[in-house]
Amino acid sequence: MAPAKKSGPVLEVKNLRVAFATRRGMLVAVDDVSFAIGEGEVLGVVGESGAGKSLTGQAIIGLLEPPGHIAGGEIRLDGSRIDNLPYEGLRRIRGKEIGMVFQDPLTSLNPLYTIGRQLIETIRTHLALSPAAARKRAIDLLAEVGIPSPARRIEHYPHQLSGGLRQRVVIALALCANPRLVIADEPTTALDVSIQAQIIAVLKKLCREHGAAVMLITHDMGVIAETADRVAVMYAGRLAEIGPVRDVVQRPQHPYTRGLMGSIPKLGARTRRLTQIEGSMPRLNAIPSGCAFHPRCPQAFERCPRERPELLPAGASLAACWLHAPAEAAGLG
Amino acid sequence: MAELQVPRQRAKAASASDRPLVEVSGLAKSFDVSPPWLTRVLRGQGRLRLAAVDGISFAIPQGRTFSLVGESGCGKSTVARLLVGLYEPSAGEVIFDGQPVAGRRNRARLQAVRHRLQMVFQDPYASLNPRMRVADIVAEPIRAHRLIEGEAPIRRRVGELLEQVRLSPGDGVRFPHEFSGGQRQRISIARALASEPDFIVCDEPTSALDVSVQAQILNLLKELQREYALTYLFISHDLAVVFHVSDYLGVMYLGRLVEWGPAESIFTAPKHPYTRMLLDAIPDLEMSGRPRAPVAGEVPSPIDPPSGCHFHPRCPHAFDRCRIEAPQPTPGSGGVLVRCHAFAEGKIA
Amino acid sequence: MSKAPLLSTTEQSPPPGLLARAFDSDLAYSFLRSPITMAAAAVVLLFALIALFAPWVSPRNPFDLATVSLLDSLLPPSWAEGGDARFLLGTDDQGRDLLSAIFYGTRISLVVGLASVAFAALLGISLGLLSGYLGGTLDAVIMRIADVQLTFPAILIALLIDGVVTALIGSQGDADTAYFVLILSIGLSFWVQYARTVRGSTMVEKSKEYVQAARLMGLSSFTIMRRHILPNVMGPVLVIATINLALAIILEATLSFLGVGVPPTEPSLGTLIRVGNDFLFSGEWWITFFPGLALALLALAVNLLGDWLRDALNPKLR
Repeated sequence: MAPAKKSGPVLEVKNLRVAFATRRGMLVAVDDVSFAIGEGEVLGVVGESGAGKSLTGQAIIGLLEPPGHIAGGEIRLDGSRIDNLPYEGLRRIRGKEIGMVFQDPLTSLNPLYTIGRQLIETIRTHLALSPAAARKRAIDLLAEVGIPSPARRIEHYPHQLSGGLRQRVVIALALCANPRLVIADEPTTALDVSIQAQIIAVLKKLCREHGAAVMLITHDMGVIAETADRVAVMYAGRLAEIGPVRDVVQRPQHPYTRGLMGSIPKLGARTRRLTQIEGSMPRLNAIPSGCAFHPRCPQAFERCPRERPELLPAGASLAACWLHAPAEAAGLG
Repeated sequence: MAELQVPRQRAKAASASDRPLVEVSGLAKSFDVSPPWLTRVLRGQGRLRLAAVDGISFAIPQGRTFSLVGESGCGKSTVARLLVGLYEPSAGEVIFDGQPVAGRRNRARLQAVRHRLQMVFQDPYASLNPRMRVADIVAEPIRAHRLIEGEAPIRRRVGELLEQVRLSPGDGVRFPHEFSGGQRQRISIARALASEPDFIVCDEPTSALDVSVQAQILNLLKELQREYALTYLFISHDLAVVFHVSDYLGVMYLGRLVEWGPAESIFTAPKHPYTRMLLDAIPDLEMSGRPRAPVAGEVPSPIDPPSGCHFHPRCPHAFDRCRIEAPQPTPGSGGVLVRCHAFAEGKIA
Repeated sequence: MSKAPLLSTTEQSPPPGLLARAFDSDLAYSFLRSPITMAAAAVVLLFALIALFAPWVSPRNPFDLATVSLLDSLLPPSWAEGGDARFLLGTDDQGRDLLSAIFYGTRISLVVGLASVAFAALLGISLGLLSGYLGGTLDAVIMRIADVQLTFPAILIALLIDGVVTALIGSQGDADTAYFVLILSIGLSFWVQYARTVRGSTMVEKSKEYVQAARLMGLSSFTIMRRHILPNVMGPVLVIATINLALAIILEATLSFLGVGVPPTEPSLGTLIRVGNDFLFSGEWWITFFPGLALALLALAVNLLGDWLRDALNPKLR
């Protein structure tokens, strides 16, 4: 029951800035990030710890913990702005238009209520259904996410389910009001490897069927390669590269993405050494001038510390790297 | 790599002997997880035992890396702790350099070789004492085993160790919280190297780290192994990482080894259905679009494992015998041992 | 770019010294932003200085019998009718200057308070560490004793111990023995809180990997408790101790009020209050009032400091 296709992207983020006021000054954790997600599309947002990807997700749902706040830019859902809504407005959108899947299913579900009660409560909050109709819908959803014997399981408490099943319930909760957008923040990190593949498959299938756009935040490139249509790579609060997943994974255009893909151990020929990127991601209070990656970049040149690069076309993707500026590109082999 | 000024006490490398450095036979450990006495009486329950490790045998040649791989609840972390003496086995032997070292009766022997066994832990945020300076943390094994006398030589040695893990000797005065996760793991590795061990157990040393930091740490571990002829037991749930570091590999499921032997053989031709499923579950970064059969079911609770072969509820090749009888190790090609009835009877190649 | 060795931290400057770190810390920051806390700290400091330098700041020594005269007894404060400018806050029934008596009394109160808190902390931390780390039967026994003790109010326990010890050594009336017994009884009534808190923290730290690393080295349990666990469980102890101090001071005052505390020849604030109590209804209100005010002020200030410390050290609120 996918809703009719609307024109224009479901989620549009323009020049988003998220900052923290600390007693040592203002720290910018997300710095001028822009992207869009279309209907039924999965955008993977990938980055290491401290890159700002979780904060971006939190900013979109309006769940930033103070002293973090949106310091600039706009966020539009189906064309209308949501970043400047008052608390009530955001609350209505959350759950109904935007569904969320977080990392730890143990804390996402209330341990004191049965999963049925939580599902039914969420359904009735956002859709005008009678209790019986809501219960039927809940059972249908549980069946959709692949929970065996849903009519029986609906009376169970979260602790009676295994990690993988709990995460399926969380996905069902996220989708129960037919949201336009689903934000999944590290949905498989806390799960075993064999369960991860199952959960990813469920998420992808359901979002496609419900016509929801998905923002998949993770540090795991493997999950992205399996699930996403497009991927955005974040570094030190900025976008380093964004493009179709096949291109970014197999022909990365940004030196950071290249380093990242090289560091991932893969099956195949046994290499002596994994590619390693020297140093570590800069702290928020010590972000280098110009391109944030230049101190660690094997291909940095004079322009890099001077000017911060904007996203430039590089093959089928966009990369924030001066190597792709027209003058330099001509000089490269 | 920094030159060591303190002469190494023992001879290097593989020429030493062809006896494996570490040998484990019939190792088992069970925990008593019974509810309190009153609860048991009121509910009429008996004692509850969790068989975390259920009869494991393997050997690690000197200078090589043996990896134990498996999902949560398979018992690999328990095996790690059994090998270094943090737990006492319920049954079985751990033989280190020809000497049995496990269990109460071998306490003295364990004490004698303690400095040769070391461990690197998983959580970089919990494996260093937050109140101790880094130099003291790294020096502690040296002081505990009295390997070097005198403050100045100890300080010099600590400086060397820090340089070996690519930190600067000046970092010794700082506290752990001033470092990132990857740097803390380096400090842990420096501490492990401080007692000049022969054998290091690495318990998921990179699971909590970012992928680029993981690459640095894995490279470092490999370099150190080459330099000092170290023997590793490497615990992980990540088969891709294990592929990169292992010479030998053991796949564990619910306390038992289901397949073990040379890593090359297992990766090119996995025989046990669980091993095949694990390999299949590795995400496809080559994006070859190969068809994947996602693994069915979940890992059962180790308190009440399935009868016979623990894997039979999830196994596509299970038949009657699998429900009744636990399989014995069967040799396969490439020096591998497999616990699987279907394999033993030739039903799967 | 050459393959330089990794920089350990982005700043290469030497780490700041202890004092610089202390002033720059979050603790100092939160302290300076709370006027009430600063006022409370000032009050406590004032009392402490008075206690320390009592012999030098008191107008006169109330215990020196040569300077005390019964003729000066029961004089009201200097600003009231009939008051004497020599005695700012009046005198008690024996002619002692009340202000000086308060100064000396504060000294006794603080000394007894601090000593009993130190004793309680020492006992409680040790038992808590042993209980938490070693577990098993020892843990069960210690915790049951603690549970039983908690059902009794502190005063009762203090009285009990005081009575028992006095009976054991006979009422020789030796001043030092009296102090010793007092500190013992107050300390014994407060150790449980330390023990329980430390036990909980010990159990948490015990499961952490740095303790396993220490066990791996073959260190003895005692060394591990002392070197690794103790420094990491001390945090909450400081907060408890501060709040305990206020309680100990009041408990001592109560015991002295009841007549089983410090010997009557060296009155603490509590003794003064008791003495003054007898004279309340005959109109000599100041003998009870001023010591009572001093006691209340001291206890309040210490409590406020403890409150701030607890909030400032709470990682969740930071």
